[in-house]
Amino acid sequence: MRPFDYQRPDGLDHAALLERDGGALIAGGTNLLDLMKLQVETPDTLVDINRIGLDELEPTDDGGIRIGALVSNSVCAADPRIRADWPVLSRAILSGASGQLRNKATTGGNLCQRTRCYYFMNIDMPCNKREPGTGCSALNGRNRIHAVLGANENCIATYPGDMAVAMYALDATVEIAGPDKASRSVKIRDFHRLPGDMPQRDNVLEPGEVITGVTLPAPVGGTQLYRKVRERSSYAFALVSIAAVIRMEEGAISHASLAFGSMAHKPWHDPRIDAALTGAKPSDALFDKVADLLLENAEGYGENDFKIPLARRTVKAVLREATGAST
Amino acid sequence: MSKSITLDQPDQRNLLDRMAQGTIGKPVNRLEGPDKVSGVATYAAEFSAPGAANGVLVTSTISKGEVALIDEASVMGMPGVLAVISDQRMIARPAQGGAGEAPVQQVKQIDYWGQPVAVVVAETFEQARDAAKRLKITYNADDMSDVVLNPEDADSWEEGPGTETVEQGALPQAMSEAAYSVDATYTTEGHNSAPMEPHAALAEWDGTKLTVHASLQMLNYNIDELADSMGLDAENVHLLSPYVGGGFGSKLGISPDVAAASVAAMQLGRPVRVVLSRQQVFQSVIRRTETTQRVRLAADADGRLQGFGHEAKVTNLPEEEFAEPVTQASAFLYPGQDRVLKVEMGRIHRMTAGSVRAPGEAVGMQALEAAMDELAEESGIGPVELRLRNIPERHPSDDVPYSSRRLAECLKAGAEAFGWDDKDRKPAQRREGEWWIGTGMATAARIHNLSKAEASVTLMEDGTAVVATDMTDIGTGTYTILGQIAGEMLGLEPSDVLVRLGDSDLARGPGSGGSWGAASSGSAVQIACEAIREELCDMLGCEDEDLTLKDGFAIHNNKRQSLPELLNGRSIEKLGKLKPGETEDDFAQASYGAFFTEVAVNAYTGETRIRRMSGAFGIGRVLNEKTAKSQCMGGMVWCIGSALMEDMMFDHRDGHLANCDLAEYHVPVNRDVPHLDVIMVEERDPAASPLQAKGVGELGICGGAGAICNAIYNACGVRLRSFPMTPDKLIDHLPEI
Repeated sequence: MRPFDYQRPDGLDHAALLERDGGALIAGGTNLLDLMKLQVETPDTLVDINRIGLDELEPTDDGGIRIGALVSNSVCAADPRIRADWPVLSRAILSGASGQLRNKATTGGNLCQRTRCYYFMNIDMPCNKREPGTGCSALNGRNRIHAVLGANENCIATYPGDMAVAMYALDATVEIAGPDKASRSVKIRDFHRLPGDMPQRDNVLEPGEVITGVTLPAPVGGTQLYRKVRERSSYAFALVSIAAVIRMEEGAISHASLAFGSMAHKPWHDPRIDAALTGAKPSDALFDKVADLLLENAEGYGENDFKIPLARRTVKAVLREATGAST
Repeated sequence: MSKSITLDQPDQRNLLDRMAQGTIGKPVNRLEGPDKVSGVATYAAEFSAPGAANGVLVTSTISKGEVALIDEASVMGMPGVLAVISDQRMIARPAQGGAGEAPVQQVKQIDYWGQPVAVVVAETFEQARDAAKRLKITYNADDMSDVVLNPEDADSWEEGPGTETVEQGALPQAMSEAAYSVDATYTTEGHNSAPMEPHAALAEWDGTKLTVHASLQMLNYNIDELADSMGLDAENVHLLSPYVGGGFGSKLGISPDVAAASVAAMQLGRPVRVVLSRQQVFQSVIRRTETTQRVRLAADADGRLQGFGHEAKVTNLPEEEFAEPVTQASAFLYPGQDRVLKVEMGRIHRMTAGSVRAPGEAVGMQALEAAMDELAEESGIGPVELRLRNIPERHPSDDVPYSSRRLAECLKAGAEAFGWDDKDRKPAQRREGEWWIGTGMATAARIHNLSKAEASVTLMEDGTAVVATDMTDIGTGTYTILGQIAGEMLGLEPSDVLVRLGDSDLARGPGSGGSWGAASSGSAVQIACEAIREELCDMLGCEDEDLTLKDGFAIHNNKRQSLPELLNGRSIEKLGKLKPGETEDDFAQASYGAFFTEVAVNAYTGETRIRRMSGAFGIGRVLNEKTAKSQCMGGMVWCIGSALMEDMMFDHRDGHLANCDLAEYHVPVNRDVPHLDVIMVEERDPAASPLQAKGVGELGICGGAGAICNAIYNACGVRLRSFPMTPDKLIDHLPEI
């Protein structure tokens, strides 16, 4: 760990300025501190935003809810409104990490969680995400946990989190404040990036921007599942995960929204999948079609080849459960 | 002032059962438990030493070659930095368990990725850690095309040092003539001990004497290892390990932190603390080797084994003399006069392979017991019945009798408690929603070890007692059981016995390893207490049979006298000495048991969850029902890890360990572990130790992963021969969904 300066801004604007000048925002610190100890992250300044508010859940005018960036994962998952109206989010959060970590981890911080790629976390290994231009060690290395969608030779890391996957299925919006009181909203499905030729950038945040909250649109009801596949049943990142929001009416699917975790550099959402499901009657053929759409460009890199059939099988499990088809 | 017993014949006296206190065997809570829970117990790195500096190890980032230059100037100007040390007395590898001499020390000759190269010392830990990362080191790396990094590339295979090859009769012929046979090859991946407390040392040097607080399991050997490494006389080395936060083999020998802190303290003339990072615990200490195991079983029409083969391939670094003794239990567990047992070792440049909990049986038994399940299916004989039919009369190679062996009772008691159906074994029959449900069982076996041990016991003038030995308590309950043994012998409650451990100035014990600690050190305590009783008898003018000690009173000839009154201001100190003797060779000695488990395998994802697990174990005398059961449960948790998730993932290009922390190297968490039932099958073993106790610390891990493998097959019809049995290995073979 490098020595660093510590600043506690008195408000959002101050935080944004400090961040623009190279400071690293720290909220729960559940990821950042580990990475600093490993010297994967070496900020000169830590900008502690824990006292600038943004820690409320509040209803929005259109019947949705706004989750402040500093609402802890534990508080968000336990909130009665979230549990009742957006249960997939509770389920996703509770499937991740441990009780202690969720107490510290925040909504905004969790969106910015970095990959668990072994080579990213080891500063003695080449890694384009950590040091652009040095190469991707995972490509021909230990890549059991790596991406099968949207990756390229620059980077096959995954976004490892759970909370964001549910937010993708819920079509959430990320609210961002910039310097000089500027603000913008970004659909969460556009918030994280694919590696492209800039794998060092996980998301679209610009210097000086701070996540202030995440809004969920009005509840759509239906069956909401979060399925997380892993050999260890808790305190383990997903091999594959699926967030599903499925509403049935008269034997047909009237609303469908699926998102997939640990398969790509970002939570994966494909509008063609939601469209294919919506209005259709559940059947194995339909579920196979969903898997086909999801996996049509999937590519394994050796040890992670299994994620492709695993995702196909998990799609079937989730859709059968969500639509009430027999298992 | 001492009494010595050499176990040349079974000790039939069964002293503990003759005593009156009634504390032995009771589920007494660990005496040091409250101190540990409340943070009062002091671990190695937590001792304070005025003026202590802090060292952080720097480890190699190449796999083979040499250090060309350590650019000390790159960090010496940093705030607080005191020294960059790369000294010939540092150690490049940990000492193997029981080595008693320095391990490989050339830290500038690199043999594996992660090898300690230097230690950076600074005023604070943070300064040292920063400087260690910034230290510039130039290497001359060897041509990697000449360096063997992976087991599959090992070019020569030698007989595993310390392992025994058996070639008896004609196994191929037995296989061809067998009514039922199995010839299968299993693989296991590397395992890490992953102790909760990282390896840590705080060294102080007064110009003559070196004192080190360290996290070590076997001080008796560690003294010589450290003295030899430092070029000191053993009497000038003092080690203190009163509390050890788990070891599981990785702290049997001195680790790199111990030597680095010592060298730095000697060079700087001030105390130096070195704590390994979690990554260094994984990358720079000990791995359990991966294994490839071929098992051949040849049975007659009744399922009785006529031929038996178990051949394993393991690896280690060049020069290391430890080979995982994979076939250790195979030597005595099952019959078959046509026998082949062999462990072959290949040399590869990965971190040191050494002892991880139950070296040998932990991985050997899981493969063997998976093969036995295949034989049960092949022969149509129930898995329990098959094992009952294959309990040999005498050791199949050495032709000696067994000491205690209540294996049949364990199989039956475990089956009964679990509700085992030995007849209906058709796989893939039971489905609950998405889950295939199945059951499996396995035998447990682990050799019994006894070691030379000494312990001193003092009966104080106030009627309390003090037990003192350099034995360690690595979380197993040593403090408590030694207190119970002395308490039973001297008529005291354990709370009236002060047990002092983990100080190398005390009587030499064998340390904690190989499940020998309790039986060995405990016997030394019993022997010392015998000597105290003899002196009390002299004072009273009676024979030992006529003396009852209970609740702090001596009772003799209808007279009841308190110990302080009897001692009349004196105290009695005795040294007890145990030496293993001819019973080691005259009997085949081991602890036995049986595992039963029910698992659920997800029909879609191949995830396996353990629904319940029972174990029945015969370990000789149970010294403390609670600590013994806890050892068994801990072992069963390791079985779940070995079966389902533990896998040291080495990079095949440079041999570095990729998953080097507790987030990525998966050991079971609470949610993976269902209720575990442990049944202790009562037993006495006079050949095993004067206590009539055998080892328990490792038995619970020896075979249970095989039971899980067998249960997975029973659940979903997929027979895996590759551990851990992760979803990726299952999904291609699962029934259509």
